[in-house]
Amino acid sequence: MVAGIPILWLLVLFLIPFLIVFRISLSEVRLAIPPYTPLFTWHNGSPLLQLHWSSYAFLFTDSLYVSSYLYSLKVAAVSTLCCLLIGYPMAYAIARAAPASRSVLLMLIVLPFWTSFLLRVYAWIGLLKNNGVVNNVLLWLGVIHHPLVLLQTDFAVYIGIVYSYLPFMILPLYANLEKHDGALLEAAADLGARPMRAFLRITLPQSIAGILAGSLLVFIPAVGEYVIPTLLGRPDQLMIGRVLSDEFFENRDWPVASAVAILVLLLLVIPIMWFQRLERRELEAK
Amino acid sequence: MNNQSQVDTPPVPVAADPNAAYVRIANVTKRFGDFAAVDDVSLDIRRGEIFCLLGGSGSGKTTLLRMLAGFESPTSGTIHIDGEDMSAVPPYERPVNMMFQSYALFPHMSVEKNVAFGLEQEGVARGEIKRQVAEILDIVKMGSFGARKPHQLSGGQRQRVALARALVKRPKLLLLDEPLAALDKKLREHTQFELISIQQRLGVTFIVVTHDQEEAMTLGTRLGVMNHGRIAQVGSPSDIYESPANRFVADFIGSVNMFEGQVCEGSGDCLRIASAELGCTVRAERARASAAGATVWTAIRPEKINISRRPPATAPAAAPENLVRGTVREIAYMGDMSIYLVQIDSGKMLRVTLPNMTRGRDRPLTREESVWLSWHGTSPVVLTE
Repeated sequence: MVAGIPILWLLVLFLIPFLIVFRISLSEVRLAIPPYTPLFTWHNGSPLLQLHWSSYAFLFTDSLYVSSYLYSLKVAAVSTLCCLLIGYPMAYAIARAAPASRSVLLMLIVLPFWTSFLLRVYAWIGLLKNNGVVNNVLLWLGVIHHPLVLLQTDFAVYIGIVYSYLPFMILPLYANLEKHDGALLEAAADLGARPMRAFLRITLPQSIAGILAGSLLVFIPAVGEYVIPTLLGRPDQLMIGRVLSDEFFENRDWPVASAVAILVLLLLVIPIMWFQRLERRELEAK
Repeated sequence: MNNQSQVDTPPVPVAADPNAAYVRIANVTKRFGDFAAVDDVSLDIRRGEIFCLLGGSGSGKTTLLRMLAGFESPTSGTIHIDGEDMSAVPPYERPVNMMFQSYALFPHMSVEKNVAFGLEQEGVARGEIKRQVAEILDIVKMGSFGARKPHQLSGGQRQRVALARALVKRPKLLLLDEPLAALDKKLREHTQFELISIQQRLGVTFIVVTHDQEEAMTLGTRLGVMNHGRIAQVGSPSDIYESPANRFVADFIGSVNMFEGQVCEGSGDCLRIASAELGCTVRAERARASAAGATVWTAIRPEKINISRRPPATAPAAAPENLVRGTVREIAYMGDMSIYLVQIDSGKMLRVTLPNMTRGRDRPLTREESVWLSWHGTSPVVLTE
């Protein structure tokens, strides 16, 4: 009975909403409440199922949507890689620190979450804008003579995403690294491996599960990011989260918006399945 | 003919001293803050021997082992291995390999890759690595387990792989940290002898750290007993057991009966000691000379004491020596021998062991029986510290 609760949870809060969105995506837009065509219409006394796949066709043909999908995947992938390159050394350092310091360091990583996410992203605007802190410092130092365009660029989006999602990479990595047996590194050194070699051949392979977990936690939400690209990103290239929101609120085209959402889900299924396959292989190896 | 006087005498080669120290530990101290884990230890270990460092927890034996491996640096003192000073040498450059107590096998690598790891660090050719790995796995009798992962092996099998991994590079020195601690009794006995035979076959010098006396006595060609960071005694197993140098060693190894007493007279190599605790005079032969009146301790091993219902015929009627009366309080039947706890007049309990020589012995000793305990003059060991 208790085992049924998670299933019930997923049913009510995931499956049913998913089916609702899917159903809307198979309609056409119309000026009415609700603003989409019904599934069933009555024709001569018997129900007729009306499925419109036109929304999906529209998405595949219009270059705006295709480029938005690809751009979202690219930004999420690059951000995940940056989070990994920055987060791994940090997680490693915390795992190697004295036990007393570890809790303090972890708290420092998590502390920014205590403030509003939106405010933190806004803070980056203050830092990156033409008249912002970074430009003013560089101008004052004489390193540059004209302000750098940092805001409303891909670069700003990467900074925003990496900054916001870094703890999601660090914490799973730390959880994995903390469990590593120090004796293994001593054994490796005893057998002739210098510290870097020992890291590459002993620590890194054993931390793959942590890398996968952290990457998943960064990549999936990053694909659908809305706030960061809206505040910090380019106006000429939208990420899919913004596209979806515009479609829903600006164009009031619920079917197309729903189709966008379903396609994002399908797109993400592939990396999720791939990650899970890698994770299973890791577990089997133990 | 004239050349005869001008012929140079050929140089006489200096014979290598077979007992020259292969590993020389000189005045090594290791401090952690104020605490000296290893306190001014000096030790020479000979080539090709199995040297056992024996001690309880906190005795410093593991710290000393880790300093040999290079995981800790001595606070003061030097360590030389085969003539080379190891002070600035990191563990990955030492001709030393270690078998860890937890085995520390790499969980994500197969048995073969685990054993090959050390050779790969040296840049040995792939084909040669395969050959050497197969050879060492055969020696430890794990030849058919090459593709398995550590989690698919039993404890004893993991231990062999750990041993193979540490031996494949034929190091000058192999360090073993409590090698038999994780094995059950039967396997332990079997593995003890296997270790000795592998060591003799390969000729590698072993240094074993253990808290188990039996293990040390069986494995070691020489033992070093450690106490609170210092060496209490170094010697062969029989030296340590039969001639302990101090009370700690006498008490640590096996069981012992210890009494305080004063030296009455010492003539030649024979000491007479009066012990109120024991209630008789002890005549100790083969004892070091001591000044009369000096306080000494006498140690007698349980198996060296005879129990009889009547005093031995040779005992002089007056002023008996090496003879005392007591009452049997406890008997522990161990199968091959029996342990008797006998209380003497002073109230002290003596521990005596007797082998059960006769099957179905008639009239065995019973509790509360009055008995005479005696021992030969060579049995007592006189200790001054």
